[in-house]
Order: sequence, then structure tokens, then C-alpha cells
Amino acid sequence: MSDLKKIKDELFLKLKSKLNLSEVNQIKSDLFGKNGLISSQFKKIGTVAETERKKFASELNVIKDELQDLISLKIKEIENEEIREKLQKEKIDITLPERPFVRGKIHPVSQTIDEISSIFSEIGFSVEEGPDVESEYNNFTALNTPENHPARDMHDTFYLDEKKERLLRTHTSPVQIRTMLKDKPPFKIIAPGRTYRSDSDQTHAPMFHQVEGLHIDKDINMGHLKGCLNYFIKEFFELDKIKMRFRPSHFPFTEPSAEVDIGYEMKDGKIIIGEGDQWLEILGCGMVHPNVLRNVKVDPIKFQGYAFGMGIDRLAMLKYGINDLRAFFDCDYRWLNHFGFDPLDVPTNYRGLSR
Amino acid sequence: MKITFDWLKDHLKTNLKEKNLLEQLTNVGLEVEGVQNLSSDKELFKVAKIIKTIKHPNADRLKVCDVDVGEKQFKKVVCGAANAVEGLITVYAPPGSIIPKTKTKLVVAKIRGVTSYGMLCSESELNLSDESDGIIKLSSVYKKNIGKSYFLKSKSNLIDLSITPNRPDCLGIRGIARDLAASGFGKLIDFKKKKIKSNNRQSLKVKIKKEKNQGCSIFGSCLITDVKNTESPQWLKDKLISIGQKPISAIVDITNYVMFDLNRPLHAYDADKIEKGIIVRNSKLGEKFTALDNKDYKLEDGMCVITDYKGVLGLGGIIGGTRSGTELDTKNILLESAYFKPGSIRTTAKKLNLDTDAKFRFERGIDPLSIEDGLNKAAILIKEICGGNISKIDIKKIETHKTKIIKFDINLIEKIAGFKISNNEIFKILENLGFKFKKKKNFFELTVPSWRPDITQEIDIVEELVRISGYDKIRIIDPIKERKKSTLNKSQKLFHFLQRSIASKGYLEAITWSFTDSNYNNYFRDTKKEIKIVNPISTELDVLRNSIFSNLIIYMNKNLDRGFKDLSIYEIGPTFTGSKPGEQNTVVCGLSSGKKSRLSWIEKERNVDVFDVKKDVVQTLIEAGYKSEEFFIDNKTPNYYHPGKSGRLFLKKNADLVAAYFGEIHPNITKKIDMKTESLVGFEIFLDNLKLPAKTLNDQKNKFNVSDYQKSERDFAFIISKDVNAQDLINAIASVDQNLISNIRVFDVYVGDNIPKNQKSIAISVTIQSTEKTLNDNDLENINKLIIETVENKTGAKIRS
Repeated sequence: MSDLKKIKDELFLKLKSKLNLSEVNQIKSDLFGKNGLISSQFKKIGTVAETERKKFASELNVIKDELQDLISLKIKEIENEEIREKLQKEKIDITLPERPFVRGKIHPVSQTIDEISSIFSEIGFSVEEGPDVESEYNNFTALNTPENHPARDMHDTFYLDEKKERLLRTHTSPVQIRTMLKDKPPFKIIAPGRTYRSDSDQTHAPMFHQVEGLHIDKDINMGHLKGCLNYFIKEFFELDKIKMRFRPSHFPFTEPSAEVDIGYEMKDGKIIIGEGDQWLEILGCGMVHPNVLRNVKVDPIKFQGYAFGMGIDRLAMLKYGINDLRAFFDCDYRWLNHFGFDPLDVPTNYRGLSR
Repeated sequence: MKITFDWLKDHLKTNLKEKNLLEQLTNVGLEVEGVQNLSSDKELFKVAKIIKTIKHPNADRLKVCDVDVGEKQFKKVVCGAANAVEGLITVYAPPGSIIPKTKTKLVVAKIRGVTSYGMLCSESELNLSDESDGIIKLSSVYKKNIGKSYFLKSKSNLIDLSITPNRPDCLGIRGIARDLAASGFGKLIDFKKKKIKSNNRQSLKVKIKKEKNQGCSIFGSCLITDVKNTESPQWLKDKLISIGQKPISAIVDITNYVMFDLNRPLHAYDADKIEKGIIVRNSKLGEKFTALDNKDYKLEDGMCVITDYKGVLGLGGIIGGTRSGTELDTKNILLESAYFKPGSIRTTAKKLNLDTDAKFRFERGIDPLSIEDGLNKAAILIKEICGGNISKIDIKKIETHKTKIIKFDINLIEKIAGFKISNNEIFKILENLGFKFKKKKNFFELTVPSWRPDITQEIDIVEELVRISGYDKIRIIDPIKERKKSTLNKSQKLFHFLQRSIASKGYLEAITWSFTDSNYNNYFRDTKKEIKIVNPISTELDVLRNSIFSNLIIYMNKNLDRGFKDLSIYEIGPTFTGSKPGEQNTVVCGLSSGKKSRLSWIEKERNVDVFDVKKDVVQTLIEAGYKSEEFFIDNKTPNYYHPGKSGRLFLKKNADLVAAYFGEIHPNITKKIDMKTESLVGFEIFLDNLKLPAKTLNDQKNKFNVSDYQKSERDFAFIISKDVNAQDLINAIASVDQNLISNIRVFDVYVGDNIPKNQKSIAISVTIQSTEKTLNDNDLENINKLIIETVENKTGAKIRS
């Protein structure tokens, strides 16, 4: 038995020193290999006297377990140490910059169009479109603005032919005409899009965006118009309360016609929409003129309703504090980055307009 | 239309304040555009006379003027106006005064080395008119006013109204007063109709020629003889100045006064300069006359002209001529008060590009029954101020005014406006607005006042009633949150998706004009037709764009000039193929410049290249729901792409319509427009050429079918002619067995040593997996063989051993 004790003590000593994994494996095979020290002891069991045999075997087993535990422990220790060293070696300066990435942006006008569509979607409007190049008839005559009408002076028109039969639409209202000619009432549409006027200065651009609204049914009156716009303005500016006033105006294609102002105040050079005692004009609207309905073969005795038109760029300017209209179309990288929206910021009914 | 509260009070009896007035004007639809305080510091502006001018020693176009401002010493004023000549009577602004137009305060200043004490003003600087060509020229009657204030003390603010084109009646103060009175803001003062008392006949013969498209239907006139034209009396000058008009002489001032007061334009002729008589007729091509704006006009056929036996005197209702104009020494005048048809006025004025106060009123429609009132009021005033004898009024007409009668059902008010107005209120409003009404069985019969050409049908009456009783009475009916139809259609959804998909790949969305510079457009026009704008806003925006690239490149260049290098911008919008409505396509167009990564501690620098844009296009289309396995790409692209580094993508082989182009922009173009960038690549996706996706997202998903059997990857290297496309190789491999070949990946392309000339080596990894079993070595070997055989047969490639 002293042999065993000797082996055990020796090993104890060995394992205390610094060893690598292969050295430990060597010890392991020295002990437990085919002819290892412990293995040979087991082979001896048969030769031990009958009386001693049981004791010998049991002591041998105890020692074997002890040694095995010791070795596993050592192996684990070494492995831990190796991982620790590896991690230590792999350590980097995590404050170095990440890999370069690029962020795209959605133009504020596009974002605003999506916001507008989302708001009107909830109250049952669908989106219609029309071409940028229009006929003189759709843009003016059908909209109760015959040739030689002074109201045409309010629209500085780009023409594409000398006869002035083809033009760039000066407003989105011709989409009303196209929609009503194409389908049968009721109509409940909005039509956002590009519009053009040959007018260019600090506050006018030769191209801008409008959204048209049209709701025609059997009993749609000015109260519905007021309600619809009141709802829209509150939703768009994301306010619970808003001051709004209708004041009489004139558009050839609506009667009665109104311009709509909202209340605002200036605070630190910034426009604050909502309360305030100043008025800001934001859109034109009215009850669709019976002449327009007749022009599109809708019976004005049976059907009536409202239309409105507003400047999208202007709404975007008001909501997002953009001062310069011209900048919308100047394509300055810095501006697009600053005022643009993340493509994942999709305005929806359930998420709401803002994050 | 400019008014003052004081002038309004000539027609309106009210105790209310100006603040209430401004509100009420807006409430009835006469929008207040601005209010200007005229009185405060305008008294500083003095009538002055230029005594002497010498050329500025240091500036060719400037003069140094000695100006008499009524003080002992003349003032030295530096002036650049061409008409600043000795003897001119004008308006002087001293240091300390504030120029109304620019709102700047004048100081004594050295102008090119010469000290200038104040300034001589143009009409536009004083907000009197838009006339900025030269300084104000006052008539000699102002001589005695030198040193006195030009503006007279006014108690009333100047109120600028924006009158909508349907309301000519409100281009006169009385019309505005009528609307206000109807809305309860005071009471309209009865019009004291003084009539000319005379026994003299109007002796000048007047004739309206009956011809087709005659623009004049009534011509009223009277002669006033032995007048002495003079400076207007103070009250009249005050009135005109109070609304920003410049007094000229009594006769002209009186006609202007009546126009602004009653919206009744008049014209005064020097009767002695009229040859024999007046003939109102259509002009003949080539006739000429010099108008009161000192410009010569050459007329076309069919313009309504007032002529005498010598020729054209003036354009009826638009502008008079110098030949028969009144002057200070005019003795006998013919006063005209006529009715000209709006359409005729408008056509003529447009052709000659003329705009006058009279034209502005006639083209909107003047009250045809105001002819005598206007003549009476003006003639009596002229007699009062200038003396003389008035003749009887002579009226020639070729048409009579027809009174309009409208049937009106009161129920229409509530039907349209959504609220009720009591019968009493209705009658009161209509009466105050000048309507007469008769009650019939189920409706009212309304007679429309002659000054309201805009009112022709029932709905016009509704507007009047709602407007006057107040838009604040319209109640809010909240909308119902209900959707019966989807908001966006398929193609709108696709637009929306592509727009955001491209942005998500690092592009900034731009919105540029739909028009562009034809020079740039020509680079990207390819075979498309140029679409010119007849009246462009500038030569740089003279055509509709055939491609979005032109604008993106222009703006890309501007950003490069700002010092940016690596830019990605895109636009989704229309391009045009013709000038008819609908001849347009919706295109998503992107442009990238510079490098993909630059000076990074972690990544290698490289230029953006065609495979970057190819990725953006292909990924976007896959994201939008199109199957990349079916894409077919070749290298036939428009001439603005690099012919060797660009591609054309079809959603399917043999498809008719191109889904997208992508590639490097042709180096010739970048050179010609001097783009300073390492690389410029772009793409165009044609939204209208994409087939719209299947009905629902559910329909777009195939049955879920995956294999858990082991898959193996086999690598092949083929040597193949340089002309053969990788796509052909891939298609050949894919055709071997659709069920077993699940993925094909090109991992190397090599040209050079060990490869014969004009050939290339393409290395491809193929993933093979069965949905039915684990393939054994034998199966795999068979497929290997089949792949090699097929590729070699179909493409002429050789397997590299």
C-alpha cells in the first residue's frame, strides 16, 4: 500500500507546479494508461492474498478517484487560464469608431404627404392622382374658370404650346374633374401632387405641392367641410385644441367659398400653431360649384359636397419650422439631412404621425 | 383696393371703431391685406425743386443736385435718376425720414465721396405706385408748395383690401360700405343724386359702330365748356393722397375720385382736340396711337377703340391717348362714361400687356346703370372747381341692360350651409345688398342689382346670405371614422414602398423641378422628344425633363462644390415623353458619387461602382416582391450610361418593358459638365413598367417548403470566352435540375496567367440538396457530371482541371 501512497504524494506535488495541458495529459496517461501506475496496480488485484484483496481494491479505488479528480481539476484550471489569456490578448479599444454606415432620408414633403394621407385615410378618403401636364379645359374651363375670366390672372401658367391648350397644372383641382368623369358619385378623395406656376421669388417657387380634397355625396354641407378640416388640422399639427376660422373668399370652382385661417403666436422667433391671436391662412375651400358638377355630368340637385386645396410645402414649413420654401427644391445635402426623415418613420394610423 | 375709414364714412354711418371695421371687412369676405399708418412721419417729405445739377465727379450715372426745399440754403442731394433735371418739381426726403418702401431711415451719407443731404424719391419708394423709373415729377401747380409737406396730415389709416375677382362692385368705396351695412356694420348713407341742370345739347357727335364683337354697348358723355383746369382743392388732394394716389390736376383728380368712390371709371378728353366727333369702333390691324403712359401701341384687328375722324384717341375702358388728353390749359372737355364688355377689355389688355385701374374694373364688370350717376357727380364737381358750362348728358347705346331675375328656394340655404337663417334676416340682408324680391308659391323671385355681374344663379344667393350672416355660424360636424375603400391603390403602394426602400439604402431623397435646363436634358434625352415650355421662367428651366438625371446631376455638382464627396441622392417623380396629358412616367432615379468608404481605420477605400447600384436596384426589386431568379439582365442601355459598365434589367426574360437601368454615367458627360468626383454611378427604376404585385401579402407567399436532408456544396471553375456572360453560365447550371440545385454563387472571376487570351475563368459554388433524401456519393457524382456537360454544351465553356 505504501506504493500507492507514494504515487499519490508524488502526484500531489507534481500538480502543484505550473503545467500545461499536454503535461497534465502525460501524467494522466502515466497513471491511467495501459501500463500506467494505477492501471498496473489494478492488474495486481488478482495476486493479492484473499484476505487482503478486498481492502486493497477498495483503497485503490479511493486513490484512483482522488487522483482523477485532482487531474480534472488541474485541467479545468489550465483551460480557464488559457481562455483568460486568450481574452486578455484579444482585448481591443472598443471606443474606436464602428464600421462606416450611411443613412438615407425621406424628403419632408414626402413625409408630409404620407402624414396627410394617413390622417384622411382614417376618415375614409382615398388617394387619387392626375398628370402634371393638363389640358386647358381640365385645369380651368371645367372648373368654372372660362377663358377671359380674371380669376385666371391668379394663376401664372406655364404653357406647352402656343395655342395654350396644354399646360402644367396650376393646382391639383383638375384631379377633381378626372375623378368625377371616371367614376360615379359618391366621391371621397384626396389628391396630393406637384403643381406649377410661373412665379419665382423668396416665397414662391415655380413648382410646389398641393393636396386637393373632394367629398361629394347626397347631403354633404358646409358643416361637414368645417368638421373635416377641423379634424385634419388638429391631427396634422398633433394638437388637442386649435383656433380655426372660416372667412368668405372666392374661387370659381366652389361656392360658397372660404379661406381658412388658424391661430398662432410668435415665440422666440418661432411660429407656435394653435392658440395665439394672430391668424395664418392655410387653405382654400368651399362647396363644389354646381357648374363644375354639371361639367362632369353629376346632377347638382341630387349631389353636393365640398372641395379644398392646400399647400403641402407650406404645411411642412409650419409644422417643422422650415423658413425658406426655395430650400425644399435646392437639394442641399446638409438641408436634406437636417430636415429629412428616417425611412422607417412611416406615418400610420395606429402608430400615429410622430415617433 | 385701398380705402380709408374716413372715406368709407362718406357712405357709411357708424359709431364703431377701426378695429371692428378690420374684423368685419374680413368677415364679409373683403380680406384685409395690410394696414398702413400714413400720418406719422410722412409729413417730413417735402415738395422740392431741383435748381441745378452737375455730374458726380466720381460716378458717371450720378448727379449732384442743388435742391430748393423752401429753406434759405439749397440742399446738396446725390441722385441717380435720369429725369433729375434742373427745374423738376419733385419730393424730397430729409435725413431722419423713413422711406416707406424700404423702411430704412435716411442719414447724411457720403456717396462716392460727395455728401448727400437726404434723397429725391420715386413713386415706388413712397409706395405711391410701382413706378421706380426715375423720381416723382410733380406738375407746375406744385411750385407754390415748395418746402411744404407733400403728404397731408391724414387721420385715417390706409387699409389695403384684396378684392376677389367676382366683386367689381367693391372696387368702389360705396360698394364696400354697402356690404358692411348689410352685415350690420352701420347704415348706408343715401346717395344724394345731384343732377346736371342744363339746356345745352351735347354738341359733339358720338357714334357706336354696330359691328361684330363691338366691345362698347353704351357711351354716355357730356361737354363742359370754358373750364379752368387747376390744382385740386385740399379736400380732394387729401382724399386721393389718403389712398396712395398722386394728385395731378383737378379734372384728372375728379375722374379718379369718382372711380374710386363709385367704381365708375370716366375719361376726360380735351374736346378741342377731337376732330369732328367720336366714333367707337373696332381697330384695324396696324393702327397706332400714343397712350397716356407715353408708350406707342400698335393695334390688332378688333380692339375696341375710341376714335375721331383723324384716328385713334384711346383704347376704350383701358387707357386714353396723349393726343386728346387734358392739360392745365384745357378749356373744353368731353367727359366719357361708358360700358365696355369685360371679355373685350381683357383680350385687348392681354394682347397689349396693359394694366390700368379702368381696365381692372371694366374686365370684372362695371355697373351699366351707373353711367349717368358718374357723369352727374363728376361734371358737377368740375363745374364747382373749374367753373364752366355743362351740357345735357348724351347717351348712345346699342344694347339695353337686361335685369337678371333668379328663382330662389329658401331651403337651399340650410341644404348647403347646414344652418338656418330666419326669413326676416334673409329679407333684410337681401334688401341691404340691393336685391328686390317677390314671394311666389314655393320660391322667391329675386331681382339682382345691376352692380352684381357675379350673381347669376341660386347658389350665388346662398353665398351672399351665408357670407353676410357670418361663416362663424357654420357648425362643425365631426367626420365619421370609417373607410369603405382602400386609401392607396396598388401602384401608389408600390410608389410608397420604392420611395422608402431606396432611402433605406442610404440615399437622401431630393425633390427637384419637373423642368430642367435643355443643355443638361440633352445629355440624358437619349431618343426622347424634347418638350419645350413656351414661357419658361428662365432659360435654365426651359424644357420638361426627359430623365431625372439632369436635375440630380446639376444639384449633385452643387453639393460637390460645397465640398461634399461621397453623395447618394435620389428622386421619385415624373419624367416626360410628350406634351400631352399622361405622356409621363414615374421613375425612381438615384445617383452616387465618390467612394463607398473613405479614410476609414477599418475598411479599405474603394470607389462606388456599378455593382453597388446593381445591388441597390436588385435588392429593392426583391424587397418589393419580385423574383430575382427570373430577372434578366443585358448590357443594352441608353447612351448616357458607360456602354461597358451598365445594365438593363427585365423582371423576366423576354419581357417587353425595361424594369431598370443601372451603371456608370458616361465619362463624356461627367467630363463635359466638369464633375469633380472619383466615380459617378446611377440607376433608374421605371415604376410604370413593373407589374403590380399579387393581391395580398398572403398571395405573395408561396407554400413553406424546406428540406432537412443534408446539402452539399460543389465548386466548379470554367474557362469560357470573355464574351459569355456569367448570367448564361448560372442559367445553364440552374437548368440542370431545379429541384436539386438550391443555390449558385459566383466566387471568383479571373483573367490572366494560365488562361488563354480572350478567355476568362469563372469559379462557381453550387449548393445541391434534395427534398426527398440524403444524396449519396453516386447521386452527387451524377449531378456533377451533368452540370459540367450542360455548361460545356450550352455555353462553350471548358471545365478547368
